Amino acid sequence: MKVTMTVNGKSMSGEAEGRTLLSSFLREELGLTGTHVGCDTSQCGACTVHVDGRQVKACTMFAAEAEGTDVTTIEGMANADGSLNTIQQAFQDYHGLQCGFCTPGMVMAASSLLEQNPKPSETEIREHLHGNICRCTGYHNIVKAIMAASGQDVPAVAAE
Amino acid sequence: MPKDGIGASTKRREDVRFLTGTGRYTDDINLGKQLYVHFLRADVAHARINGIDTSAAEGMPGVVRIFTAKDFEGVGGLPCGWQVTDKHGQPMQEPKHPIIAEGKIRHVGEIVAAVVAETLDQARDAAEAIMPDLEELPAVVDMKEAVREGATKVHDDLTSNLCYDWGFVEENKAAVDEAFEKAAHVTTLELVNNRLVANPMEPRVAVGDYAAHSDESTLYTTSQNPHVIRLLMGAFVLGIPEHKLRVVAPDVGGGFGTKIFHYAEEAFCTFAAKQLRRPVKWTSTRSEAFISDAHGRDHVSKIQIALDADNNFTALRTDTYANMGAYLSTFAPSVPTWLHGVLMAGNYRTPLIYVNVKAVFTNTVPVDAYRGAGRPEATYQLERCIDKCARELGVDPAELRRQNFITPDQFPYATPVAVEYDTGNYHATLDKALELADVAGFEARAEESKRTGKLRGLGIANYIEACGIAPSNLVGQLGARAGLYESATVRVNATGGVVVMTGSHSHGQGHETTFPQVIADMIGIDASQVEIVHGDTANTPMGMGTYGSRSLAVGGSAMFRAAEKVINKAKKIAAHLMEASEGDIELKDGQFTVAGTDKSVAWGDVTLAAYVPHNYPLDQIEPGLEETAFYDPANFTYPSGTYICEVEVDEGTGQVEVLSFTAADDFGNVVNPMIVEGQVHGGVAQGIGQALLENCAYDADGQLLSATYMDYAMPRAADLPMITVDHSCQTPCTHNPLGVKGCGEAGAIGAPPALVNAVLDALNRNGHAVDHIDMPLSPARVWSAMNA
Ligand code: FES
Ligand code: FES
Repeated sequence: MKVTMTVNGKSMSGEAEGRTLLSSFLREELGLTGTHVGCDTSQCGACTVHVDGRQVKACTMFAAEAEGTDVTTIEGMANADGSLNTIQQAFQDYHGLQCGFCTPGMVMAASSLLEQNPKPSETEIREHLHGNICRCTGYHNIVKAIMAASGQDVPAVAAE
Repeated sequence: MPKDGIGASTKRREDVRFLTGTGRYTDDINLGKQLYVHFLRADVAHARINGIDTSAAEGMPGVVRIFTAKDFEGVGGLPCGWQVTDKHGQPMQEPKHPIIAEGKIRHVGEIVAAVVAETLDQARDAAEAIMPDLEELPAVVDMKEAVREGATKVHDDLTSNLCYDWGFVEENKAAVDEAFEKAAHVTTLELVNNRLVANPMEPRVAVGDYAAHSDESTLYTTSQNPHVIRLLMGAFVLGIPEHKLRVVAPDVGGGFGTKIFHYAEEAFCTFAAKQLRRPVKWTSTRSEAFISDAHGRDHVSKIQIALDADNNFTALRTDTYANMGAYLSTFAPSVPTWLHGVLMAGNYRTPLIYVNVKAVFTNTVPVDAYRGAGRPEATYQLERCIDKCARELGVDPAELRRQNFITPDQFPYATPVAVEYDTGNYHATLDKALELADVAGFEARAEESKRTGKLRGLGIANYIEACGIAPSNLVGQLGARAGLYESATVRVNATGGVVVMTGSHSHGQGHETTFPQVIADMIGIDASQVEIVHGDTANTPMGMGTYGSRSLAVGGSAMFRAAEKVINKAKKIAAHLMEASEGDIELKDGQFTVAGTDKSVAWGDVTLAAYVPHNYPLDQIEPGLEETAFYDPANFTYPSGTYICEVEVDEGTGQVEVLSFTAADDFGNVVNPMIVEGQVHGGVAQGIGQALLENCAYDADGQLLSATYMDYAMPRAADLPMITVDHSCQTPCTHNPLGVKGCGEAGAIGAPPALVNAVLDALNRNGHAVDHIDMPLSPARVWSAMNA
C-alpha cells in the first residue's frame, strides 16, 4: 500500500506492507537512515522520532498508522541554516556521544523533554531517558549536555 | 602550540554527522540489486542434524537460493588467531568452526541454513518453511560438569571438552605451594566472573558484493579491524587473495571487543555475493545478536593469597575455569591466559604467583574478548580477595594495599608473571582517589545513612592493565598467529594539508579528532588541516585495528613515526630552499627556520615545492611528501589507577544504590582530556552494569534465558551516578613516542571490584557477616546474603 506523511516539513510517500514498521519505512523507503534500529523489543530508543509532536519509538508503530501524520526525525532537527540546534550543539560541546548510534534517539528524547520541562533536574533527565540506552557514554555527558541545552549551569567538560 | 594540539579538549568533528543523522553505518549502505539473507538459527543447544528439508521453502516467493552446510564443503572454517600451549607443552584442542553447522548443532543461535531472497521479509517467511530433522542430545552447560569423566562431548572428534589446561608459571608452582605452607595467614575466595554480552548499540551488519569485471569481492562490515577480517576471511576461509578482497568498516556503532572477531555471517555474505553475482546483505536483529555475537567473561575462579606475619603478600595462586563456548572465537584462547594470567600480580610486589586456567567447551555461544578481556577477571579476583583479607586481619583495606604496592622507585618492575611494568605510581592514584572521594568524611556519611535506615559502604579497588597490544615477537612466542603492530601513511598535499591513513579504527573513540591533534602539534598547523582516513583496506597499508586500548599507543605511534619521516624530508627541502644546512633547520608553528638566522620558509611553501619541484634537489631527493611507518611496540603499556565506589544498601529489599564513583587513573600523557574522561565514564558504566545488573544466563538445556533487553538488564541513565574522573597522576609510558598508555578499558576493569567491595563493606559494618556475593548484585542476591 502507499503511505503518505509529512516528514521534516515535506510531504513524503512510499510503499509499505501492513507489517512494515515506521522505523523501517523511514530508513528503507524514505532513505532517512538517521533513525536507527538497535533492538527488536522496543527497549533501546535508538529509533525515537516525533509523531505529531509526541516522542515515539518508531519501531512500535506501523508505517500505515503514521498515514497523514507529521513526523520529525533527526534529519529535521538542525537550524534552518544547517547549523546544529541548541541541543545538538550541547551534545557536541559536552561530549554527549561517542559512537553516535544512540545519538539520534537521545536528541529526539531530549528535545521532547525540554519542551515539556524546560529546566529539568538531573533526576528528571535520567528518568526521561529511561527508554533510551547508550552503551558508550555512561550517560554522564548526555545528562550534562541536556542540562546545558536547557540553559542550566554545568561544570566544564574537562579540566584543560 | 596550535590551539587544538596535544592536551586540548578539542570538540569532536565526527559529532556533526552523528548529530544530524548523516553518519554512514553499515546498515545505511544499500547496493543496487541487493539481496537479503535471513539465517535459520538453532533453537536447541545440542543436536545431531540428520537432514534438512528445504524443498517447501525453495518455491516460496522471492527466494533466490537456500544454503546449507553442503554448499560450504570446499570452504574453510573460521580460524582461531591464537594457539595456547598447555602446561604439558601440548597445543590446545582446536575444533573446526564451520560457517554453517556441519552434522551437529553445538549452541543455540548456530546457523543451520541461510535463505537468500529478494526482500528480507521473503527470506524470513521462507526460513519458517525449512524443516531440519534433528536428534536432540544432552547439552553441556556447566564448566565443571563438562570436564567430568564421561561427560557428553561438544565435539566428538576431540578427546574431551577441555580445550587446554594452562599453568603459569609452571616452574614456580612448587615454590608457590611452599610459600603457602609457611604463610602466617591465607585468604581464600571463590568467585564467578559473570558472563556478559557486549551489546554495542549497533547490531552487526554485513554486506557482500562481487565485481565480475575485476573478480573482486568487497565486504562492508561492522568491524573494529577490517584488515584482520580481510586476512582471516581471505586466507583461511574463502581462499581469496588480499588484492582481490576489500573490507570496509565505515561508521561503526560501538564495538567493545565483540566486533573484533571474524564471524560466519561476514564470510557467508562475501561467499554468497560471488555465487549469486548480486550483493547480499545481513542485518542482525538484537535477538540474533544475543545468540551470535561472542559473549564475554564467564570465569569461575578460586584465588588464594598468602601473607607473612607483617601482612606482606608472599604468594598468590589461582584456579580458573574459563568458558570458551562451543567453538573457539578469533582470540578466545588468549583471553584467560595471556591477558589474564600475566596480570595477576596487579599493583603489588607479591614475589611468587601461580595461575592455572582450564578452558572448557560447552554448548553455549563462543566467548571472547569483551572490554578489558582477561584483565577485569584478574583484577576482580585480586581486589576482592585483598578486601576479604583485610577484613579477616582487621586492617584498613587501603593500607593493606598501600603496604604491598610496588613502590615508585622500583620501576621498571619485573613481575613473577613475565611482564615488566615500565612506569607507574600507585601511591599517587590511591592518594588522589582517597582525597577526591572524601574518604575522610565517610564515617559521618555512614552515620547519616543509618538515620535514614540505609546501610552505607565504601569500596576501593586498584587495577593495572596491559594495553598497547602488543610486541609481535613476544606474542608470537605466546601463540599469537598475527603480528600486533600498526601502520600509518602520512600524505601531505601540495597546499600543506595532511591526510593520515591509519590502520586503527574508530567506533566511538574519536580518532578523527585526536589523531589530528598530534599532527597539528608536531608540525604547528591547525588541526583542521589534518584529515584521518580509516576503516577501508583499500586506503590503508595494513592495520591490526582497535582493541586492547591500543589505538593511540600503537596506531598513534605509527602515525608519529610516519610524520617524523615526513618532517625530516620536509626539512631537507627547506634546507635547499633556504640554502642552509639540513642540521640547522627547525620546525615550529608551521615555519621552518635556520637556527641562529632570521631566515624562514612556511610549511606550505615547502609542501608546494615537494609537488612542484622546479627549484628542488632532484638529484638527492624524490618529489612528493608522503611516508609510511609500521610501529611495533617494544612492550605493553601499563595504565593503572584507583577506583572508589560508595553505595547505600536497602536492608529491607537488598536494593543497591550507587551514590558516587571516583576514578583516579594514570594513563600517562593525555592528548584530549574530554575524550579520555568520556572513555572512563563509559567503561565505569559497563563495570557497574556487570557488578549490579547484567547477567547472561543459560538454563541446564543450553537455552539462553537473557536473550533480549527485557531479560538482560542494560544500565540505564537512572542506574548510574555522575562519575568523578581524574587523570592528573601521569607517569608517561617510556617506550612509545607519545608517552601514552591507553584509557579505553580501565573503567570496565576497575569498577566491578570497587562496587562489590562497597556493598560488602556496607553489609559487614552493619552486622551482616557476608564474605562474598557473586555478580550481579541484584536485590534478591543481596537480600538473601543478608538473611542467610
Ligand atoms: S529499535 Fe525501537 S526501541 Fe529499539
Ligand atoms: S554513543 Fe554509542 S551508544 Fe550512545
